[in-house]
Amino acid sequence: MKNLMQTLTRGALAAALTACGVASALAADLKVGLSVSLSGPNSSLGVPYAKGMQAALAYKGEVNGRKIQLVVLDDGSDPTTAGRNARKLIEDEKVDVLMGTSGVPSAIAMAQVGKEARTPMIGLTPILLDPNENPWVMTVAQPTQLMIDAVVERMKRNNVKTVGYIGFSDAWGDLVYEALNKAAPAAGIKVVSNERYARGDSSVTGQVLKIVALRPDAVMTGGAGTPGALPFLALQERGFKGGVYGQHGLINPDFVRVVGAAGQNALMPTGPVIVAEQLPADYPTKKIATDFRAVFQKVNNAPTSDAFSAYSFDGWLVFVDAASRAMKKAEPGTPEFRVALRDAIFSTKEVVGTHGVYTFKPGSLYGVDERARVIVKLDNGQWKLAP
Amino acid sequence: MNWDVALILVTDGLANGAVYLLAGLGLVLIFSVTRVVFVPFGDIAAFAALSLAAFETGRVPPTIGMVAVLAALALATEVGSLLRRGETARIPKAVLMWGVLPAIPCVLAWLAARPGVPVAVHIAVAVLLVVPLAPLLARVVFQPIADASVLVLLIVSLALHFLLSGLGLLFFGPEGSRTTPLTSAVFTLGDGFTVSGQVVLMVGAAVVLSGLFFLVFERTVAGKALRATAVNRVGARLVGIRPVRTALLAYGCASLLAGLIGVLIAPVTTMYYDSGFIIGLKAFVAAIIGGLVSYPMTAIGALAVGVVESFASFWSGALKDVIVFSLLIPVLMLRSFMAAHSEEEEDEVDQ
Repeated sequence: MKNLMQTLTRGALAAALTACGVASALAADLKVGLSVSLSGPNSSLGVPYAKGMQAALAYKGEVNGRKIQLVVLDDGSDPTTAGRNARKLIEDEKVDVLMGTSGVPSAIAMAQVGKEARTPMIGLTPILLDPNENPWVMTVAQPTQLMIDAVVERMKRNNVKTVGYIGFSDAWGDLVYEALNKAAPAAGIKVVSNERYARGDSSVTGQVLKIVALRPDAVMTGGAGTPGALPFLALQERGFKGGVYGQHGLINPDFVRVVGAAGQNALMPTGPVIVAEQLPADYPTKKIATDFRAVFQKVNNAPTSDAFSAYSFDGWLVFVDAASRAMKKAEPGTPEFRVALRDAIFSTKEVVGTHGVYTFKPGSLYGVDERARVIVKLDNGQWKLAP
Repeated sequence: MNWDVALILVTDGLANGAVYLLAGLGLVLIFSVTRVVFVPFGDIAAFAALSLAAFETGRVPPTIGMVAVLAALALATEVGSLLRRGETARIPKAVLMWGVLPAIPCVLAWLAARPGVPVAVHIAVAVLLVVPLAPLLARVVFQPIADASVLVLLIVSLALHFLLSGLGLLFFGPEGSRTTPLTSAVFTLGDGFTVSGQVVLMVGAAVVLSGLFFLVFERTVAGKALRATAVNRVGARLVGIRPVRTALLAYGCASLLAGLIGVLIAPVTTMYYDSGFIIGLKAFVAAIIGGLVSYPMTAIGALAVGVVESFASFWSGALKDVIVFSLLIPVLMLRSFMAAHSEEEEDEVDQ
C-alpha cells in the first residue's frame, strides 16, 4: 500500500513537472536547431562549429527577456542525415531557425527542408544555391569571390604578372579556379596553368614540375585542410622562389602542422577574427572578436584556433538581432514568427560580427563586404596580419 | 618536357614504385599461401605511419588498444576451438602465443611514448606494433573460413578493410599527418639534378627487402615451406607442413612489410586514416601484372605503375589514377590471351 502511494505521488509529481515543461515550452522560448558533423570525416570542422555555438549561447542566451534554447544534432558528415536532422528539428523540436553545417552538400540538404517547412535557415558555410528559388536561406560565410578578389589584389600589389594554379580536382578546386580567372584579367594577371590533384593523392610532383617549367611569378593553390599542404611541400622541394598564395580553406591548425616550414610566408585571405589581437583598434569587428575569444575560452576551456567556431557565433548574432525585431510581430514557435524572422533576417543592417559586418538583402545569400576579409601571412606556424 | 623533367619524374616514379613493390610482395605472398587478396594491407601501413606520427606529437598511439583487443579476441577464438576439440593441454601454449606475444609490442609502444625517446626507437616500435595485426586478424577472421572460395575470402577481406579504416578514423581522426624525414640528405648528380635521401632510402629498402625475400625463399626451411604451400596445399600437408602455420608466417611477414612501408612513406606523403587503400590498390595492379603468383613480375609491374603514375600526373593530374588503373586492361587481356585455358581447377582442399 505504501509502495502504491509512493508510486502514485511520484507519478503525479512527474506529470506535474512534465506539464510545467510543456507550459514553459508553450510560453515559447526561442528555439535554435543546429545540425553539424560531430562525427565522420567532416568532424574536424563540425566540432568547432558546435563549440562556437555553445560559446554564443553563453554570450547571449536570451532575447527581450525570452530564453533561447539550443538543440544540437549530429549529421555524421552525411547530407542525407543532415536533411533528416533538419526535418526532425522542425517537426519534433519545432525550432524557429535552422543552422548548419560543416559540409556544403549537407547545408544544401538542410536548406531544402527549411524551404519546404517554411523555416528560415542561417547557413554557416558557403552555400551554392539560387537565392530566388529558396528565399528561406542565407549564410554568414564569405563568398569565395570576395576572398579570391583580395588575393588577386595582393598579387597585383606584389607585381605578379603570371600565376600558376593548382587545386583539388573537385568542386572546391573549380570554385577557386573560376574566381581566380574572373578576378585576374582585370588586375592584369595571366593565369598560366590549371593543374589538379585528388584529395587522397600522395604526390603532386608531376603537376608542380609542369607549373615550375612555365616559370610563373606566383602560384595559387586551391586546396583545403591537410591535403591542401601538398602543393606547398612539392613547390618547396622543387625550389620554387615565387610567392605562394592560398585561400581561406587552408586556415586550419592541422594544415599548419602538416605544411611545416614549406608554408613559410604563404599569403591567404581569411575572416579578421583569426588575427583579432593584431587588428588596428578602430577595426569594426575587433571588439566583438575579442569578446568572442574570451567567452569561447571560458565555455570550452581552450582558445579558438579556427575560423569555424566564429561563423557559429556570427550566425547566432544575426539570429538574435533578427529575433528581437521579429518578436514585435509574432509569438515565437508559430509559423507567423518564422515568416517574420525570415523577413527580419533579410532586413538585417550593419550587424557587427566576428567575421564581418552583416547586411542581408532578399535575393542574395551573402551579407558581408570587404570588411569581412584580411590577408594573413603564415609566419613560423602563426597567422600574422599582412596589411 | 625536357630531360631534366623526365629524370625527376622517373626518380619520383621509382620511389613510389618501390613502395608498391613492397606492398605487392606482401599481397602476392599472402595470396599464394592462403588465397586471400589481403585488402587491409594498406590500412596496416597507414596505421604504422599514423602511430609514428602519434609518437612524434607525444601521444600514446591508439594502435596499442587495437592490438590488445584483437589479441584478446584471437586468444578467445583459439582457446574456444581448443576446448571444443578437448585439447586442454595446449591452452598454456595458446595463451603464450596469442596473449603474451602480441602484448610485447604494446608494452614497448607504451614505454616508447614517454618523452625523450630517440626517433629510431619510435620507428622500430611503430613497425613492431603493427606486426601482430595481420596474424591476429587472420586468426580471428580468416582461419575459420580458410577453405572457403576465393570470392568469399575476397569479400571478407574487403569488409575487413572497411572495418579497419573506420577504426582508423575513430582512433586517428580525419586529418592527416606527416612525420619528420628519416634523413635530410640530398645527393647532387651531375648537372644540378638532385635526389633526396628519402627517395634513396625508399628504393634502397625495396632492393634490400626483396633481396632478403629471395634469400629466405631459396635458402631457409620456412621459406621453402611457404613455397610448397603456395604450390600445393595438400601436397605440402602430406610432407608435414602445416598450412595454418605457414599462413600465419605469411601474414606476419606481410604485416612487417606493411609496417616498413608505413614508416618509409610517412615523411614524404601526408597519411590519412584511409590512405592505405589506394596504396594497396596500386600494389594490387602490380600484383595482377605478376598474375598474383610471380614475385619478379610483380616487382617489374610495381615499378611500371610508379613510373606511369608519375608521368600521368605530369600530363594530366586529374586523370592520373584513371591512367594507372587502365593499365590493368591490356595486362588482363594479354594474360587471358596467353594463359592455357583449362577448366577451372577445383580447389584440392575442398575435396
